[in-house]
Parts: sequence; structure tokens; C-alpha cells
Amino acid sequence: MTDPALVLALGAVVVALAASSLAVSTCAWAERVGRLYFLLLGLTGVLAVAAGMGALTGGGTVATAQLPLGLPWLPWRVRLDALSGFFLVLIGIVTVAVALFGPGYVREFSRSRDPLWLLGGLTGLFLTGMLLVVLADDAFLFMVAWELMSVSSYFLVVFQHEHAANRRAAFLYLLMAHVGGLSILLGYGVLAAFGHGFTFEAMRAGELQPVWSSVAFGLAFLGFGTKAGLVPLHAWLPEAHPAAPSHVSALMSGVMLKVAVYGFIRFTFDLLGDARLGWGVTVLLVGSVSALMGVLYALMQHDLKRLLAYHSVENVGIIFIGLGLSLVFLSAGLTVAGVVALIAALYHTLNHALFKSLLFFGAGAVLHATHERDIDRMGGLLRRMPWTGLFFLVGCISISALPPFNGFVSEWLTFQAALQAWSLKSGVLRSLLPITAAMLAVTGALAAACFVKVYGVAFLGQARSRHVRRAREVSLGMRAGQALLAALCLLLGVLPTTVVGLLNPVSQLLLGQGLDPVTTESWLWLTPVPAEGASYGAPLVLLSLAVLWWGGRWLLARGPRAAVRRCDAWDCGFSPPNARMQYTATSFAQPIRRVFGPLFRIDERVETEGGRQRHFLHVEDRAWDLLYAPVARLVERSASRVVRLQTGQVRTYLAWSLATLLVLLWIIS
Amino acid sequence: MDHLLSVWAWSLAVLQALLVLAAAPLLVGWVRRVKARLQNRKGPPLTQPYRELAKLLTKEALVAHTASPVFRAAPYIVFGATWIATATLPSLATGLPSAAVADVVVLAGFLALARFFLALAGLDVGTAFGGMGSSREMMISALAEPAMLTAVFTITMTAHTTNLSGVMEQLLGAPLALRPSILFALGALALVAIAETGRIPIDNPATHLELTMIHEAMILEYSGRHLALMEWAAQLKLLLYGTLIANVFFPWGVATVLKPSALAFAALALAGKLAVLGVLLALAETTLAKMRLFRAPLFLNLAFLLALLGMFSHVILEVGA
Repeated sequence: MTDPALVLALGAVVVALAASSLAVSTCAWAERVGRLYFLLLGLTGVLAVAAGMGALTGGGTVATAQLPLGLPWLPWRVRLDALSGFFLVLIGIVTVAVALFGPGYVREFSRSRDPLWLLGGLTGLFLTGMLLVVLADDAFLFMVAWELMSVSSYFLVVFQHEHAANRRAAFLYLLMAHVGGLSILLGYGVLAAFGHGFTFEAMRAGELQPVWSSVAFGLAFLGFGTKAGLVPLHAWLPEAHPAAPSHVSALMSGVMLKVAVYGFIRFTFDLLGDARLGWGVTVLLVGSVSALMGVLYALMQHDLKRLLAYHSVENVGIIFIGLGLSLVFLSAGLTVAGVVALIAALYHTLNHALFKSLLFFGAGAVLHATHERDIDRMGGLLRRMPWTGLFFLVGCISISALPPFNGFVSEWLTFQAALQAWSLKSGVLRSLLPITAAMLAVTGALAAACFVKVYGVAFLGQARSRHVRRAREVSLGMRAGQALLAALCLLLGVLPTTVVGLLNPVSQLLLGQGLDPVTTESWLWLTPVPAEGASYGAPLVLLSLAVLWWGGRWLLARGPRAAVRRCDAWDCGFSPPNARMQYTATSFAQPIRRVFGPLFRIDERVETEGGRQRHFLHVEDRAWDLLYAPVARLVERSASRVVRLQTGQVRTYLAWSLATLLVLLWIIS
Repeated sequence: MDHLLSVWAWSLAVLQALLVLAAAPLLVGWVRRVKARLQNRKGPPLTQPYRELAKLLTKEALVAHTASPVFRAAPYIVFGATWIATATLPSLATGLPSAAVADVVVLAGFLALARFFLALAGLDVGTAFGGMGSSREMMISALAEPAMLTAVFTITMTAHTTNLSGVMEQLLGAPLALRPSILFALGALALVAIAETGRIPIDNPATHLELTMIHEAMILEYSGRHLALMEWAAQLKLLLYGTLIANVFFPWGVATVLKPSALAFAALALAGKLAVLGVLLALAETTLAKMRLFRAPLFLNLAFLLALLGMFSHVILEVGA
């Protein structure tokens, strides 16, 4: 264990554990302890980023080590390669931002009865779990870390347990996490059976029969897809993520989903080996449907955190579109196109971690300042919270995939990958891929619509309620956390060639090839496919926008003309508008609700009660009545059959266990 | 990519950018003029849009009490993004360095950026009309953007490049052949252009009838230089779509070498093509009635369907062609 990067990575794990135990050991949370705790959390982040960068720039070195922990015949193994390194960087950056944002945000809770030491301890454990998942080099450690991550995040979701909705969301989350976990475990089981061992090294060497390799892929896709929130299994996600405190929501949506993406990439691209066409098409279709449905449901939400959680479904869908494209191209032997698609997916993974955490921080800051999550009751926040408003705007532009910010670069790369479809032989695929590109275009346009809605209704216009009118800007630390992420969003949008250069080792590790043209061409132009095919000069775009901005202001609004006269709103000459006459989030989305009506379950009615009319509108997720409710009914029905076994006598249960054991022994012998 | 760094090529790119900026109001004036003639009116002179811009630029800008900084920043961003998009489009010559900065996907991105801020500006003052315009604009764009990109992708798949300059060179170099995919894409793009530039039957640029406005509702609160920038951006957008259709589907005349004579000819050819397109637009606006808002999705679905048909006919009929 001499590799410095790996030492740093393990150091990050140890510091995270230390932070966790520090929090737990001080049952009473003092300001000083809190400061030390978040300092340790920040140190974890810095160490993780350093370790990750070391692995990414280390020229493809792979460091492994054995930990003196685990089972006697199966010690825990850790490994740091470019893929783990990339995800360490991702986890680290968000952790640093959380360490900046957290102290101000948790002060809120110190006045309530919720035990802060528990929140701190669980957050530390959650972080430890995620770091270990990324570092694990055998299925055993992977599953232990995975469960640590799932269970600790369950407690974080249920942290504010006074609300029944949070308890329900947490239970659903635990259930789905375990269905997913079980599926992953079985997937590793298949690999372990053929590889004769639980280490990833053995699994890589194992030769799978075609049927079994597809079974393993299916199990992994189901398991990791559940955790990542792919449609139609996503319904738990918009319930669970918003229930946690906002900085934890940022960790869950921004980072934990990415850990699921990591698991999928590790399993499919690394352990399983040769990609199949069927897998690629499945991933592509599920990804496209997730992207589209995610954004459509997001448009229907007016709870800010729920809306952001639905956008996670959308963005995970986009990431899986990239992965699916990559698998399709690889199975057809087109490695270069496969590399472009994989890089696009990884780029979007990083981008989503940044802007989604930023947006959750923004939602947290608004919640902190106004105690309000309903967009329909906000308004005019930009003038009351200018910094949060500015950073939130950056997040909105990034997630809407608009130039010159980072979301655009990864979507552009995904488009470029999809447009390599002409090199495929099969006509069906050649038309399928551009259709997914069209789906991506719809998704992007709808996401822009959704964030116009969010920003326009929450931050612009006039305040719609009293406590929103009294909102104050949040503390310096909370702003710093947002500022860090906002700056990175811009940086990753303007310097795509540098970022792709950093991603190259990952693709070299997995596919044996990187994106060469990017690094040999001038850094001004991003050219994934041959330069005459497509190029994007991100720095020039920013430069020209800036020149036009300053030039325009200099020409038109100089000296005495800079002043504008303030007056009442014109509004076509009607009486001065008041706050209640503004469009709300619900009314903003009405045209889209009507156009895409069949995709939602809309319950809209007008009730007349004592001469007063009340308008009800409830839009529900179709996944509930099409998938979740039938499964729940099925489980309940079978449970009512099994209940006959329940006698309440221990000896009967022991007899059953013995019988089961005997049957199992008989089967395997 | 040596040509990307040559001073001559860059100065031509700047020249092209200034030229489109100057020409944009003229196209609008031309359409208005033809429309007036079709309606048996004399109509304003061709220079009227320039006079309007000049007037607005010298007037005082009024801003509502409730407006935030976004309201004042939006005109510059909308104008800047639309101008960059129009300037990077190869209007006169292929192979200009500006075309390498932005391919067709980036172009769509710029238009989306402009639209994003336009819609935010609509919501900013907090009036009912502004929100209405923004909401409708975003619905229409959500349906128009996939149709546009699918139509463009059909062409880029034929040419194996998303760089419009490359697409034009490819089409100019290929022997003249009637490709069904290109015809379908043309139909789709024409419909999208009508919707995106806010023309009849989707929106009416001449209306201030409250409940039917889309684009006008969003810029209702603007005045003075802010309004001038917004109007100019809308004119640039019309020019952009006109040039896109004229140069991608009928690329003849576009200069492939950067020589003054070829460039002059290209400018004349483009002017001719745009004049014809302007007449067609005026004809369509005179003969069609504006649709109800909720018929607009049907219109745009037709565009999307045409684009898909184009894509399929490319895949099925033109494989290896």
C-alpha cells in the first residue's frame, strides 16, 4: 500500500468516520463541535478530491490494497483506478461544498428537538459508505458499503420523523433500496459463480455463458437502476430525497445517485466485459423514457425540493442514454463512437452532481430564509436574496443545458454520439438513435420550461406570502457553498477540453481508448469526432457573449443615459397588478399539462361549498397505479396466505427453518 | 485547422456578423411591405423598421418598480445570444472560422438561451400578461425544438457532420438529386420557423389583442433601448431561420472560397433567396388565419412527424447513397 493516492483515499474514509464518531460522541451539539465536525467533513472532501485527481492524472496506474478487516478467508480489498478516482473527485467536490453550506443550515435545527449529533453522525457514515463503495475491490466490501450507504441514508430521510409523510417516504425508500440491493447481490452471485471468487479480479477473469451474462446484466441493471431512480421504478425517489435536510438532499441527489451510476459502469463495462446490443438498446430506451417522464412530472410539481428530485430522474435518464449509446456502439464494434458516448455520460454525471447539489443548496437557503417549499407561495426572492438568487440562476441555466454552462457541453456530446448512428449497419438502430436524440431535445426544451417556471415564479415577480416578503439573505458560509458549485458549473462549461482530458483515463481503462482529437486540437475547440464533423468553441462563446454584454451596455447605457425611470407596470393599461394576479407555477405549466395530459393521472375538480367555489388539482405519478400499487396488492395478498404459518410459537418457526435448511442442502448436494 | 487562425478569415466573419445585423430589419420591412401590397395597402417604406429602432434607441427606458436586475439584463442577453447564433450561421461563405465555434446544436442552444431569458423577463415584473406569454412560449418551444433538431439531424446524417458549413459544402459538392428526406426536412423546418419566429398561424407579430399574444406579451413591459434590443433580436431570429432554410436547402450561390467576387455574388444570391422566402411568408400570413393556442400542438406535431418521415426515408431509401 505505497500508492499515495490510495493512502489519501483511505485517509478520506478514516476522516469521514472520525467526523461521524466525533458527532456521535458529543451527545449535546455545541457550536464548537459543529465547527470541528464540518472542518473534518471538508477535509474528507479535500482528501477525496486529491486522491481522485491523483488517480486520474497518474497515467493509468491501478493501486490495490488489502485491509485487515472482513472475513478470515475474504479480507476487504480496495482498489483505486481512474474510474474510482473520477467518482472520488465527484464525491469530494460536493462534500467540500456541503461542509461550507452545512454549518449555517443546521443552525436551524439547533432550536428544534431534532438531535443534531445524530444528523452529523449519520451524514458521516453515509459519506463513509459512498467512499467505500467506490473503492471496493470485492463484492463483499461493495455490498457492506452499499448497505451502509442505504441504511444511513434511510435514517437521514426519516430524520424529521414528526411528519407522517417523511416516515412513509423513508419506509418506501428502505424497501426499494433493499429490493435493489438484493438484485445487485444476486448479480454479483452470478459473476462469483463463474469467476470462482468474490474478488472483482476473479469476476473479471470468469467466462460467462451468454445466457448467464445477460441474466447478470439484467439483475445489475435492475438493482442499480432502482437506486438511480430510473422510470418506472423511480417513484420512491421524489418522496425520499426531499424529506431529508437540504444539504443531505444535495448529497443524495447529487452524489448517491452517481454512486449507483458508478456501480452500473463498474459492473457492466468493467466486470461483465463484452457489451451486447440488446443491453445497449434496453438501457437506451429506459434512459430516454426516464428523461422524458422525469422532466414532465417535474413540470407538474410546485414543491421546490420534489421538483428537483424529479429532475434527478430526468438527468439520470440522460446519463443512461449516454451509457446505452456507448453499449450499442461497442457491441457494433465502433469503439470511437462508444468512447464519445461514455465520455458524454461521465461528463453529465459530474455536471449533474454539481448543478443538482447547487440547486438543492438554493432550495435549502430559501427554505431556511422563508420556511417555504411551495413555489406558488414564493416570488420576488431575487431582490431579497441577491446572492442565492444569482447562484440559483446559474444552476437553472446549467441544468437547462444552455450555453455557455456545463450542462450544455454534456448534452452536446450526447447529441454528437447519437449522430454517429450513420456508421451503424442496422437500419432499425440507425433510425432509433436519432429518435432518442429527438427525445433528448424534447427533454432539454421541457427542462428549460420547468426552470423558467421555477426561477420566474420563485425568484422573480412579487412576493406571494408574508414570510417570503420578509426573507433575508443567508449566512456567508451557505453562500460560499453555493458559490463554489456555481463557479465550477461555469468552469466546466467553458473549459470542456480540459475536462475531457481528465476523463480520458477512465475511458482508456474501460475501453482501452480515449478521445484523442480533443487533446491534440487547439484547446479552444472541443472536437470529439473528426474536427470537420463537429466542433464547439466554448471559451470563444463565453468571450463573445461577454464582449456583446459590455459592448452593448457601453454603447447604449453610458453616462446620463444609464439611469432608467421607475414607474408602475404597464400591463396593457389595466389597473396596477397585485401579487395574486401573477402566473403561478401551476398556471405556468397548464398548457404543457394539457398537451401531455394522457401521461399524467390528473384529478381536477371544482367543488361548491356553501356558495364558495374551491378548485382542486392533483397530478399523480402513473408509476403508482401502474406498478407500485399492483405490486403492493400482490404482496399483501400473498402475505395473507403466508400468515397461516404464523402460530406465535418459537418451536414451529424453528421447525420450519430446519426444514428449509434440509431442502436447501438436498438441492445443492 | 490553420484557417481558423487566419486574420483575413476572422475579419470576414466579423463582417458577416455586422452584415446580418444590418440586414435583419430590412427583411422584416420587406415582409411587411409585401403583406401590405397583398392587402391592397400601400404599406410603410422598407426603411421603417430602421426608423423604429432608431427612435426606440434614443428614447428613455422605463422600468417597473417591481422589476429585478434580470429584467434589465435580459435584453442584452437575448440580443447577444441571437446575434451570435445568426452570425455563426454561414450566410455568405462556408469555411469561416465562426462556423467552427458553433455547430447546429450550439445554434439551437443559443436560441434556447435567448428564449430562456426572454421568458424570465416576461415573468419578472409580475403581471398576468407576461406570465401568460412566457408560459405559452415555453410550451410552443418545447414542441418545436425536437421537430427542428430532428429535421436538422436528417440533413446532418446525410452529410455526416453537424457543422452547417460542412453540410453546405457536402450538398454543393454532391450531384443534384431529389432526396425525399431533404424535402420532408424542409417542410418540417418551415413549420418550425413559422412557430419559432412568432408568425401567423401560431402568433401574430402585429397584434396587441391581449389574449392572443405570445411574443408581444413577454415584451409588453419593455420600452426605449430595451425594447429596441428585443425587437432587433426578433428580427435577427427571422433572418436566421430564413438564412437557414435558404442556405441549407438551396445552397447555390454560397461562396466556398473567400474571394471578394464570390462573396459579393453570395450576398446577392442570399438577398434573392430571402426575398422569395419573404414573399412566401407574406402570402402565408395573408391567406391563413391565426390558430387557437391549443391547436398549435397539432401544427407542431405535424412538423415533428414530417421530420421523422424525413429521417426514416433517409434511413430506408438513401442507405449508402
